[in-house]
Amino acid sequence: MTAKRVRESDFDEETLDLFDGGGVPPAGGGARAETVLAGPRQSGSRTAGGAGRGAKKAATKQAAKASRDRKAVEPKQAASEKTRARKAAPKKALPERKRAGKGESETAAAEEAAASSPDAAAPAGAGTSPAPRPRKKRNGRNAEQLAKGQREISISEFFTKNRHLLGFDNPTKALLTTVKEAVDNSLDACEDAGVLPVIRVEARQTAENRYKAVIEDNGPGIVRAQIPKIFGKLLYGSKFHTLKQSRGQQGIGISAAGMYGQLTTGKPVVITSRTGPRAAARRFEVKINTRKNEPIVTDEREVDWPVEHGTRVEIELEAIHKRGRRSIDDYLEQTAVANPHLELTYVDPGGDEIRYPRVIDELPAEARAIKPHPYGVELGALLALAHESRSRNLRGFLQEEFSRVGPRVADEILEKAMLSPSVKPRRLKRDQAEQLLTGIGKTRIMNPPTNCLSPIGAEELEAGLRKVVEADFFAAVSRKPAVYRGNPFLVEAALAWGVADMGGDDLAVLHRFANRVPLQYQQGACAMTKAVLGTAWKGYGLHQARGALPAGPLVVLVHIASAWVPFTSESKEAVASYTEILKEIKLALQDCGRRLGRHIRQGKRQAEAVKKRDYIASYIPHIGAALREILGLSEKREQQIVTTLTDTLERSRKF
Amino acid sequence: MPRRKVIRKIRDQARDVERSVVAGGKPSLRFPVRSLANVRYDPAKGHFTMKRGTKERTLTVSTVKTFAQTLRMMSLSKELVESDDIATKREAYYVSKNWGDARFREQPESDAVMDDVEALFAVNREQLGFVPEEKGGDVAGRLVVVDRDPDSGRKLRIDCTKFGSGAYSVPISVEHLEFETKAAFILAIETAGMFQRLVKHNYWKTANCILVSMGGVPTRACRRFIRRLADEKNLPVYVFVDGDPYGITNIYRTLKVGSGNAAHLNEYFCVPQARFLGITPADVTDYDLPTHPLKEVDVKRARDALKNDPFIGHYKQWQRALETMIKMGVRAEQQALAKHGLNYVIDTYLPQKLSRPERFLP
Repeated sequence: MTAKRVRESDFDEETLDLFDGGGVPPAGGGARAETVLAGPRQSGSRTAGGAGRGAKKAATKQAAKASRDRKAVEPKQAASEKTRARKAAPKKALPERKRAGKGESETAAAEEAAASSPDAAAPAGAGTSPAPRPRKKRNGRNAEQLAKGQREISISEFFTKNRHLLGFDNPTKALLTTVKEAVDNSLDACEDAGVLPVIRVEARQTAENRYKAVIEDNGPGIVRAQIPKIFGKLLYGSKFHTLKQSRGQQGIGISAAGMYGQLTTGKPVVITSRTGPRAAARRFEVKINTRKNEPIVTDEREVDWPVEHGTRVEIELEAIHKRGRRSIDDYLEQTAVANPHLELTYVDPGGDEIRYPRVIDELPAEARAIKPHPYGVELGALLALAHESRSRNLRGFLQEEFSRVGPRVADEILEKAMLSPSVKPRRLKRDQAEQLLTGIGKTRIMNPPTNCLSPIGAEELEAGLRKVVEADFFAAVSRKPAVYRGNPFLVEAALAWGVADMGGDDLAVLHRFANRVPLQYQQGACAMTKAVLGTAWKGYGLHQARGALPAGPLVVLVHIASAWVPFTSESKEAVASYTEILKEIKLALQDCGRRLGRHIRQGKRQAEAVKKRDYIASYIPHIGAALREILGLSEKREQQIVTTLTDTLERSRKF
Repeated sequence: MPRRKVIRKIRDQARDVERSVVAGGKPSLRFPVRSLANVRYDPAKGHFTMKRGTKERTLTVSTVKTFAQTLRMMSLSKELVESDDIATKREAYYVSKNWGDARFREQPESDAVMDDVEALFAVNREQLGFVPEEKGGDVAGRLVVVDRDPDSGRKLRIDCTKFGSGAYSVPISVEHLEFETKAAFILAIETAGMFQRLVKHNYWKTANCILVSMGGVPTRACRRFIRRLADEKNLPVYVFVDGDPYGITNIYRTLKVGSGNAAHLNEYFCVPQARFLGITPADVTDYDLPTHPLKEVDVKRARDALKNDPFIGHYKQWQRALETMIKMGVRAEQQALAKHGLNYVIDTYLPQKLSRPERFLP
């Protein structure tokens, strides 16, 4: 579980500056991020603003304190929220609040809002939905009084109340999400450490509606100091700031799972980890202080553990175990397909052990971290990068911070942006940044490097599919990398035809993967689904009703790998439909489809030949019999007629 | 055609098939195309004659089933002819149930194959031993039909004046009948209702005629009966049907010149001397008849006949009549005459019409 290893040094500088980059002072920045997150949080934003009211100093102080206390948490959140807001634009954020947050560059705005809007004041102090308005007489509380009811909300508190955002909507999904987060982390960790992963998953029932999920890997282990933070602090992780393909992105998953367990059962997360044969294995019990978003270690000791290196996580939680579609079994099976180098064992609540043996004895090519590509950068991020830059001028800055920008490209960008190359990045103003973006848009820049991707590979994908699906025909394709909005990505597709337990009238089953992680919910909203529906399967000999999946004993698998997969929401269940992505998926499907078409046609020809033989055999004797009756022929002659005619017709091609 | 000759035709055809098969070839049967497009109206002969359009059914994988059925049908026919037996179309269909995979699923399938065989040998299906189920037609009036007792072969004289309010039924085969009559003409009537009225009031007595009820499109037997009677006794035939496209282009035309479907038999199954008494489009105005608007199918039928029917195409008068009908947009039934009194048809309409037979449509 070292996946969440930290680059702490990065956080303080890089991410704090991100706020400045956004053109918002630190306190406001924090507030903004929270405001954008969701409506109910607006009271929090007001707190931040309100705290500084009357004295700018206070605001700055508080901001400084906040940043010290929470380290990188809020800044990170700000960035992640920015991404979310961008993608899921109007989903959660209340536009009204958002505007208030944006305008809140000085405390006055908050003051005004707090004083003039009684309904905004009502829910003060709690992250709940707005309380009912006072009906008869509006109370005359002033801003100071209101301020007393306002206080900060930690990210953990927020997620406590909004667990659905992270995939803990219901007890069935909670168990699945917990296993999923832990397995994703294990796989990332093993691959980063260059270890062929061996993972064991166990779901054990401890009481009615209560399960203990135990996930054990042979990864590199986690150093002692990091364990509490990784499992007891939300938005703490190693992957968010790195642009390369990985399963995890935000550093929320496993700690959220732990928090869910703690909330529903009161039990801590139990982590056992060993970093090598010479180190001792240590067992931790970690809880989360949800108010402060800080870990509490309730127990720590050295233990005997026969494993050389690895991590074991135990989370007890309220849950319901189900089988079938969208179950743990289903998820693990698909994970095995997308990770043929994985050896996986699953012990289900009934005590049955299911094993998915390793198919490929080789780790996938390591994904390298890359610098962002200019086409993908947005105004806020650009400002943040500039202000943090150590380069002396823009020309240097562009070459330093972005991939595929050399001296000539940098000059061209600046020329088209009508900016002087000597502008100091640290003093870049907002309008200059906009000019710079325009310049980038007008310049032709080479596509980003693709070594940040680690595809499964056509052969490996097919091998993985063969492992779990029994079928007559398989086809798999791994496309070349392509680019959407400056982000490299790559599409792979596979299909299995003549699947054993499917009928001819069944609709095809679609399995979606993003960075080797199976996606199990929101199929309808996903670009992969759209691409499958939009492919003309009829051309390959399949039946397909308008707007439906093709029919037949068919399993379709689509995998998208990218340094930044554009999910439609933070629960990572569906991929957004960028034109470039849709196009690549379709091309991959068409390639598979063509091969399937050839196979089906061949099968049809054989079936037709058999049918033809049967058909001939059932009627020719009647011709013989009729001729014998009319002409009074001998039986021998009749036989001769039947044989000759059968032979003649079987040789004929016409049907 | 004598029975021996029919049997020989069947054997010859089968022999050809056998030889072709044994030689490793694909045998084929050649049929005349049975449709209105493959007939022409021969005014000299007075009926439809077949053009040269033929279709060939070669034995391939896709035709093997029909081919087998055709041969089995030929075999059945040979058996029937040899034993001087008959089978109705329905019975033939049931016989096929012994043929295993080659059996017919529905009777229309077996009827089609039977029609094929009939056309293949250019004979009447009765000569092949197959008889239709449909009723031939009813006859009343000044006529004595001489039939034979099926057991003793003795002559039977059937007086068609002595059926009271009933009628003599035309048998399925009429070739052996002989006729005795002093009637002046034959009146062929479309509907049983009108036939009833005329019989009830002994119209044949007043008009000295023979009444035949066709009951819609006349069957082959009915057509043949009228033809033989008219030929032998040299009687004119007048046709009294509804004034609509169906009455003209289907009932009257089929009676007079035959059908497109069995064109090889039209020579026997037609009544070239038939003339159209009514109801004409002119009658509608002349007799101030109540009408119904033409339905879409009626108009379509009329236009189709104007375009494709060689008989209509030959007569300007018919073209004018149909065009008038389409323009008027109405049709009039025989019974419409009842508007002027139930027996108006007997007292006024028919006498007026029959007084000037030269004005009948051809």
